[in-house]
Amino acid sequence: MTRSTTQPFRLPAGGRIDRSRPLSFTFDGRELHGYHGDTLASALLANGVHHVATSVALGRPRGILSAGSAEPTAFVQVEAPVAEPMLPATVVELHEGLAARGLAGRGRLPAQPDDTRYDAVHAHCDVLVIGAGPAGLVAAAVAARSGARVVLVDEEPEPGGSLLGTTDVIDGRLGADWAAEVAADIEAAPDVRVLCRTTAFGYYDHNYVVAVERRTAHLGAAAPAHVARERIWRIRARRVVLATGAHERHLGFADNDRPGVLLAGSARTYLHRYGVLPGHRAVLTTTDDSAYTAAADLADAGVEVAAVADLRPGGPGPAARARAARRGIAVLPGHGVVAVTGEQRVAQVSLAPVAEGAITGPARDVRADLLLVSGGWSPVLHLYGQAGGRLRHDAAAAANLPDGCRQAVTVAGSAGGARSLAACLADGARAGRSAAEAAGFAAREQVPPTRGADQEAPPGADWLVPGVAPRHRSHFVDLHRDVTIDDVLGATAVGLRSIEHVKRYTTAGTGNDQAKTAATLVARVVADALGVDVASIGTTSYRAPYAPVAFAALAGRDRGALHDPVRVTALHDWHVEAGAEFENVGQWKRPRYYPRPGEDPTAAVSRECRAAREDVACMDVSTLGKIEVRGPDAGVLLDRLYTNMISTLKIGAIRYGVMCRPDGMVLDDGTVSRLAADRYLVTTTTGNAAAVGDWMEEWLQTEWPELRVYCTSVTEQWATVALVGPRSRAVLAGLAPGLAVAAADFPFMTWRETVVAGIPALVCRISFSGELAYEINVSAWQGLALWEAVQSAGGTRRITPYGTETMHVLRAEKGYPIVGQDTDGTVTPQDLGMGWVVSKKKTDFLGKRSFSRPDTARGDRKHLVGLLPEDPEVLLPEGGQVIAEARVPRPPVRALGHVTSSYRSAALGRTFALALIAGGRDRIGGRLHVPLDGSGGPVVPVTVTAPVLYDPEGARRDG
Amino acid sequence: MLLISCPWCGPRDETEFRYGGAAHVAYPADPAALSDAEWARYLFIRDNPKGPFAERWSHAAGCRRWFNAVRDTVTYEVLAVYRPGEPRPVLP
Amino acid sequence: MAETSTRRSPLAGHADRLAAATLRSAGALRIEEQPFRTHLDLRLDPSGPGAGAFAGVVGVALPVEPGTTAAGTGVEALWLGPDEWLLVGPPGTDGELAARVHAAVGDEPVSVVDVSAQHATLLLAGPRARDVLAHGCSIDLHPRVFGAGHCAQTMLARAPVVLVADGPDAIRVIVRSSFARYLADWLLDAATEHIAAGA
Repeated sequence: MTRSTTQPFRLPAGGRIDRSRPLSFTFDGRELHGYHGDTLASALLANGVHHVATSVALGRPRGILSAGSAEPTAFVQVEAPVAEPMLPATVVELHEGLAARGLAGRGRLPAQPDDTRYDAVHAHCDVLVIGAGPAGLVAAAVAARSGARVVLVDEEPEPGGSLLGTTDVIDGRLGADWAAEVAADIEAAPDVRVLCRTTAFGYYDHNYVVAVERRTAHLGAAAPAHVARERIWRIRARRVVLATGAHERHLGFADNDRPGVLLAGSARTYLHRYGVLPGHRAVLTTTDDSAYTAAADLADAGVEVAAVADLRPGGPGPAARARAARRGIAVLPGHGVVAVTGEQRVAQVSLAPVAEGAITGPARDVRADLLLVSGGWSPVLHLYGQAGGRLRHDAAAAANLPDGCRQAVTVAGSAGGARSLAACLADGARAGRSAAEAAGFAAREQVPPTRGADQEAPPGADWLVPGVAPRHRSHFVDLHRDVTIDDVLGATAVGLRSIEHVKRYTTAGTGNDQAKTAATLVARVVADALGVDVASIGTTSYRAPYAPVAFAALAGRDRGALHDPVRVTALHDWHVEAGAEFENVGQWKRPRYYPRPGEDPTAAVSRECRAAREDVACMDVSTLGKIEVRGPDAGVLLDRLYTNMISTLKIGAIRYGVMCRPDGMVLDDGTVSRLAADRYLVTTTTGNAAAVGDWMEEWLQTEWPELRVYCTSVTEQWATVALVGPRSRAVLAGLAPGLAVAAADFPFMTWRETVVAGIPALVCRISFSGELAYEINVSAWQGLALWEAVQSAGGTRRITPYGTETMHVLRAEKGYPIVGQDTDGTVTPQDLGMGWVVSKKKTDFLGKRSFSRPDTARGDRKHLVGLLPEDPEVLLPEGGQVIAEARVPRPPVRALGHVTSSYRSAALGRTFALALIAGGRDRIGGRLHVPLDGSGGPVVPVTVTAPVLYDPEGARRDG
Repeated sequence: MLLISCPWCGPRDETEFRYGGAAHVAYPADPAALSDAEWARYLFIRDNPKGPFAERWSHAAGCRRWFNAVRDTVTYEVLAVYRPGEPRPVLP
Repeated sequence: MAETSTRRSPLAGHADRLAAATLRSAGALRIEEQPFRTHLDLRLDPSGPGAGAFAGVVGVALPVEPGTTAAGTGVEALWLGPDEWLLVGPPGTDGELAARVHAAVGDEPVSVVDVSAQHATLLLAGPRARDVLAHGCSIDLHPRVFGAGHCAQTMLARAPVVLVADGPDAIRVIVRSSFARYLADWLLDAATEHIAAGA
């Protein structure tokens, strides 16, 4: 037989690789060659590379144990073309220019941000089939033929599952070819989607399954930049069929982690799928008949199989025994591997008779470069467990099997314990039919013919093999985390009995392979140590993700500018062009201030404040929530929601109001304008617009459905411009020649319909600054036109635009609280010093009963007060704690309250703050202290004042 | 991600809904007539059963209707949904 | 009707980008703003006399099946809730449409609120329209479920929207105007593969 000189372990023919497409790649800096269709692992094995990585904790050489996503050892760092840490070589598809290194321990995150495109998509189906092996393919085909919407996902690049690695024949065709045909048929059906390279990694409530599709990584540098490299699929399925197959298990023998130790079924896959012989001379150790097929296939392909050590005292069943005999392979029943030598690669295997945990006879040494292992098969039930499915231990199958699930899920094929291909196909057909029928489609199951199953000996359950040494320091149960049988025994020795506790104590099962090949081994060790049946041990909880998923894929497009919705007003472009600095208020972008060239934030805010207090200034206040309340009972509703009386408001008038929850705590505040007898316009704080709308609907729908009222949000119907300052009346007069603006004609807290700058407008005379001020509302379509008209209305004297920071300073100087900043859900109107807004006349409103609770009447409740730092230059930190002592005492420190708002005031010529202070109104005139930098920092003395610091007599609001 | 059936709009993702706590806790007809303890019970005391629980949801991102659901707090199964004012359905 | 020369629609600044994306997609997608449409939010008791008289006076019947629409002469009604509809008409018809509603309803309690400027309308059409929306919308948009004549209030890319199926390949996205730019940016991004594929 001639073999490639560069790939000495590659067969000249066979496998599903494309020999017409050779590829070069580098591993650990060495240039190697493989073929299209290889994984990195198969290409490495073709090149004779077994020692791939170094273990995390013990630094032991590690090889390739498996041929798929359950791989516990062969971790590599992919360096090019897209850096990715800690991928199993068994799932990295080979492509031209791939550069990877074997990992010594943990992977390293790339230093550069990953700006590759990742995205996500929602999908819905009647039947979701997970796994495109024989059972899954038949299930999907049966369901698709019924007319159901079907999604079939599989983690491999092509459908077929286990068939890709065998020579099984279905319907007269090689299994892999049959799989390709069936998949093509399925895909041709309407409303069916077949997703390869897609791992279903999370199974959540109500049949919500999340999967990741790897779309371009296999293309290497040729991947188009505009195509998402990975896509998260969020699939809602009426029925789910789990055809997730089975994982071959490892066995617990001494030095079972040597490079060259390979699961038997995986060796068969390397042979049939990749045309690779993983060694020259092999020993097989097994507890399961299936491994004999692997040994026979390898022997037929030219591997010398020196011996089979079958741990079962009776050895294999007749078919397996005949397979070995036909090829002259010696079978040693009741034997196990008691030693493996060869640091970098298996060199010699010692076999000895074993029984009940002891070596019962002399060992024989067998020279070998490959040690095939099979501890039987564990049905892959991770997703089933995530879905809430129960498992039961089946002693005959030596495995955990599905035992019922509250979700609409069916397990099919070897995931459900089926042993033969024929059984898997029949099971898949049944599952596909029942799923389609449960989703309301008429299905006819069709089972493709296959030859009958072998007569097998029962799989063994003694997976622990005594070693030559008394300890079990190199009997690995979790190869990824370097956990040995001794480690597990150490856990049980200190009294841990729950498998969950053993997991956390030893870390077995916490690696990114989640110990898929080893979990049953750990359970076995624990059961033996505790002297209980393994059935009573159970499993650790299955949690998403089934396999590692990159954070970048989970983030998808939800990053940068698309991370969260950004809301802007109709005037946004103007603010940007004016050089505004923005702040986020909820999802809104609001101008914070408009710095002029060379101005720092403090100077800009100070200038804006002076303009509003001394001249005229304008602000975009479109973000305030607005709700139209209409209907004959609108006044009744508002009287119940607000603490003060609303229904007495005259048409044309405006009133400030506060809403409380039934517990008496402030929910929101704003103004109410009466537009007509049955029509009110309510404003809310910017951040609470949706919440207040929901609040109104909640009470209307659930408590007061008899009220004839409708509430409609109109927040963005209107663009609103605040015009503020002593000169605002003159500016408005110029803009609205038809409006009588004199104080007597247009008094405080009234509104007028008029035309401003040629635009129909609703003008409200309200003030959040204490100055003469107006809010002009126009259609949002014409907001920019209004704003530009206001800008040019000042003539040569500019009208100063101001932002939220200035608004905050102006309102705080007047002691106006901001709900959510100066309140926190524990504050009553009385705490804010606003008892005047709480009606005494109304028999009831939300919150009223709570104002007579003992708690809300306590004298030491926190009150909103002003604080003046004794040093007028010191700006208190918002959130700063307020204490009585001049020095921070030893803990526990009694905080009297905290600073809620803190600013520099141009009008006061100093800094000031608002604070919630226990019994604050009784402390006015007194001295308190605010520590600046924790207990060791300076402590600032402050004087407690009333919250209104500017124009307390309200002389300025009429201009 | 729960799938909750709005009685009007049909099944929608949990993120479209707002949770409203226990259902069938009516606002007292005359709060002033209640003792402090009775009022505090209305404000603060709720059942927290293991198993079926009648609770309020609002389809906030959809039709904005409030409705009631009986949800199993162990399995998260939504056993029934019904409109405000309707009695809690008897479940098998 | 008000002076309209100074009007500006929420996505006026996006028109060129939307047109360019439509062109580059080579038939896969059409994305455009439908500006200045009349939108009235209507609240009315569906069992009252006003609802009964509605079709005759206003020209469209109010759909009572959740998530459906009804087309009339020059006006369309979208179901938003059991007592709430969105009336959609051509630009500039808000006053006349509201008057017709009041004529139909008479003295019965009703709420008709102009929300035209509160909304932006994006039309997403073409064979890939539903695929683009599926990137950010969790409801089932399959034509079997959400065909012509259906509408849904839901979330798209975490923004509240009303989706209206105008045909097998055309879905209207109605969004609050403050979200419009973000959502247009999001749609253009979600369409990346289809736009570039046609380039």
